[in-house]
Amino acid sequence: MSQAEKVLSGSLRTLREALDRKELTASELVEASLARMDRGKDLAAVVTRNDEKALRAAEEASRRIAAGKPRSVLDGIPVVLKHNIVEQGELATCSSRILENFVSPYDATVVERLRAAGAVFVGRANMDEFAMGSSTESSIYGPAHNPWDPTRSCGGSSGGSAAAVAAGFAPIALGSDTGGSIRQPASFCGVVGFKPSYGRISRWGLIAFASSLDQIGPFARTVSDCAAAFELMAGHDARDSTSLPEPAPKVCERLDGEVAGMTIGLPKEYFVEQGVSPGVLARVREAIAVLDKAGAKIVPVSLPHTTHTIATYYLVATAEASSNLARYDGVRYGRRAKDPVDLEDLYRRSRSEGFGAEVKRRILLGTYVLSAGYYDAYYGKAQRVRTLIRRDFELAFAQCDVILTPTAPETAFRLGEKSGDPLAMYLSDVYTVSANLAGLPALSLPCGLSDGLPVGLQLLGKPFDEASILRVGDAFERATPHHRLVPPGAAS
Amino acid sequence: MRDWRERYELVIGIEVHTHLKTASKLFSPAPVRYGEEPNHAVHEIDLALPGVLPVLNEQAVELAIRLGLAIHATVNPVSIFARKNYFYPDLPKGYQISQYEDPIVSKGWLDVDVAVPGGAKGEKAVRRRIGITRAHLEEDAGKSIHDDAIAGGADSAIDLNRAGVPLLEIVSEPDLRTPEEASAYLRTLRGILRAVDVSDADMEKGQLRCDANVSIRRKGETTFGTRTEIKNLNSFTHVEDAILAEALRQIELVEDGKAVVQATMGYDPERKRTHVQRLKENADDYRYFPDPDLIELRIDPARIEAVRASLPELPDQMRARFEAALGLSAYEAGVLTTSRSLAEFFESTASACGSPKSAANWIIRDVLRVLKERDLEIEQTALTPAMLAGLIRLVDGGRTTARSAAEIFAILVTEGGDPERLMVERGLEAVSDTGAIDGFADQVIAAHPDVVAQIRGGDDKPLNFLMGQVMKRSQGKAEPGSVRQTLIRKIRG
Repeated sequence: MSQAEKVLSGSLRTLREALDRKELTASELVEASLARMDRGKDLAAVVTRNDEKALRAAEEASRRIAAGKPRSVLDGIPVVLKHNIVEQGELATCSSRILENFVSPYDATVVERLRAAGAVFVGRANMDEFAMGSSTESSIYGPAHNPWDPTRSCGGSSGGSAAAVAAGFAPIALGSDTGGSIRQPASFCGVVGFKPSYGRISRWGLIAFASSLDQIGPFARTVSDCAAAFELMAGHDARDSTSLPEPAPKVCERLDGEVAGMTIGLPKEYFVEQGVSPGVLARVREAIAVLDKAGAKIVPVSLPHTTHTIATYYLVATAEASSNLARYDGVRYGRRAKDPVDLEDLYRRSRSEGFGAEVKRRILLGTYVLSAGYYDAYYGKAQRVRTLIRRDFELAFAQCDVILTPTAPETAFRLGEKSGDPLAMYLSDVYTVSANLAGLPALSLPCGLSDGLPVGLQLLGKPFDEASILRVGDAFERATPHHRLVPPGAAS
Repeated sequence: MRDWRERYELVIGIEVHTHLKTASKLFSPAPVRYGEEPNHAVHEIDLALPGVLPVLNEQAVELAIRLGLAIHATVNPVSIFARKNYFYPDLPKGYQISQYEDPIVSKGWLDVDVAVPGGAKGEKAVRRRIGITRAHLEEDAGKSIHDDAIAGGADSAIDLNRAGVPLLEIVSEPDLRTPEEASAYLRTLRGILRAVDVSDADMEKGQLRCDANVSIRRKGETTFGTRTEIKNLNSFTHVEDAILAEALRQIELVEDGKAVVQATMGYDPERKRTHVQRLKENADDYRYFPDPDLIELRIDPARIEAVRASLPELPDQMRARFEAALGLSAYEAGVLTTSRSLAEFFESTASACGSPKSAANWIIRDVLRVLKERDLEIEQTALTPAMLAGLIRLVDGGRTTARSAAEIFAILVTEGGDPERLMVERGLEAVSDTGAIDGFADQVIAAHPDVVAQIRGGDDKPLNFLMGQVMKRSQGKAEPGSVRQTLIRKIRG
């Protein structure tokens, strides 16, 4: 392993220092990233690449850095993009047959902003098809593997992004989170995953799954790295009507390692013995003790509508998805059935051939819940329950600054273990979906291992109060060694 | 069947789709342009590429508010965009963004003057107030082209230039009772759309499209019959003819003891017949739901008031002013306010000649006839209000005759010019010179002794004949008043 590859395993801060002190160039760093991806190809974490373009961008960054004029903390830093975030001239397939050859003619806002900051896009990550899944198994590229144990899932749907950071391919990867798709894979892969508040980062160029829930966010090895990437991506974008009309909050300067005086709520409904594995619960309780000791006030809170979150989530998400995915009709781009006999045949075959089983299942569910006669009973009611869930959080946050829960009820499951049981897969989202339904910022960070596999700690904040959860997460990191644990194969 | 109007009543509601006069599309920055190369006025958003998002065009909102205020409607403080889901090749997203339960405009009305059948040249009109249920914003779809020459073979081609063009759908209450009322409603609505600069509303360009809901019931009944919807009527004549044809079809069914079935109808203007396109029982389920990519449209009361203050005088306000302040009849005021340019032409002419009544007469009788014959708009002629006012002064002052004035008018319309100079150059002054008239009168009296005797006997009727003879000899230049007086003086002494 080269010196550059060793540096690549470090945090964004150590990489930045190495670049700015001219210990290595951005080109060397990007070459190291490509080399690591070559060696880790079997993980199927990063599935398409444009090395030539990446190396060109790295050279430009190297020149800027040599001239002492880096554009930002990310200048010359390798970044992995999820396959549902579009970049001009690059494939954006959503791991779906229907977009297998789709090359985007335009950039997502986050791509534009990160490129302007000097970031180098080194590859595009595997994901569950159209972000519908929790295991990165429903993909035309095949399942992605967990760097901690390749027989296990890296979670999903942003599993490829999480695995890429865990395997040391890049210090930053972007994912998207509709019901936990950043946090659960972060938890499974032992990295930090951050879903900002809904409306904080523009969705322009994020291929939609469920518009009212989708949010882009970063993966990194530390909370402060996530915060740095977040600052560069966040802030109002006129191209997204749901984007908060405010500039990016200055969160990095709030990471002072202090939690004294902060109140952390533990929702009693999330700490029930059944449904959560003892190993996970043990690590989370230890984390609570660490924060308690650091001066945070720990209080019990209640989120009474928790039992309805999964049902509500699957009604809202599938309804929106059924409409969002209607554009993949074989007419303008994407997969088109050969020799259709008529229009009906073109639609039927293009979509039957183009979509995988889970996507079809959700389109059917969503179509059903929006149908005349069922709308009120399903979609209408789900929206009302969503309001109640939001209200639960408002009341809970009257008593605390941050809510702490496990990220997932278990550690990484085996590949294939749940792929035949959609309902079991849906239930594994139990701790994460409420943040999407309520639009809250949420962070997952490593809090130790259980049977050699990473456990994730989740922090939820008030809407648009990203700073508090990042501050608590950073303080926890400073007090613990968990974020320095790396998968056996990725050790430098 | 002939006396159906005595036995049956029609119940008609009109839905209008009008293109708003915006620079760009409803949810994308692509320009709104007509006659552009296919697929050249499109943006990623119009193509529904993966990852794009809609952003509402504020200019379209402004125009919807203008129309709402112009039809005395409520502009709702909160309205919601919803997705109407259906698959069609010219609908790129697989859904149309429209407004469903919460439109931007609701509960308005407008007054419509409808010519009374049998009234002399439609100069009698009744005024009816027609309710408008709602008006909402939505995007247009693209166009599917099935023309072999363009698409080639059995394929169809798709042009997305129109996809995303802002539309306002304006839905009337079922308050209309005759085909004539329906077309009068449409004309009035078009006048308003143009007056407040919301739409060019050119039916030929597809900027104003009309669907008509039609049902029939026996006179005196108060419940509605089963209605059908005639789609895509693209001229006023088609609207009237199609409604009539559909009403007759329904009456025939009922008279035969059959039932009218709820359906979507097409109209064939060649055969003047309606035909069933699709039965409503197979109605699509559009799975409407609020578009999660867009936030609620909130309109501040202050904004509504600012728009209200910026509105020009509306056709009905202008109509009322023409009646009250200028002494025009309801019919005249109605005709002169059908378009802003015509109303402005009238007002300038009236103030320049000092006689609103004469100005109204001239414009309704002569100017509109010429415009209709030559299919022109008033701006496209050489005639200006100053010229027409000059001509009116010449006629009203007795300096030229009606016949000569018609000659001068014809020149003014095509070439323009100074009416007085034209009159002089062409020798079209009225002859009020008693010597000349005396001479012609003497000749005529000598030539028709029997008629003269009749008049002397107390019968005035043949006097007109003699006047005509004198006019003829003067080549139409004699001033009719002096001719009449001269003849009476000579015959009766």
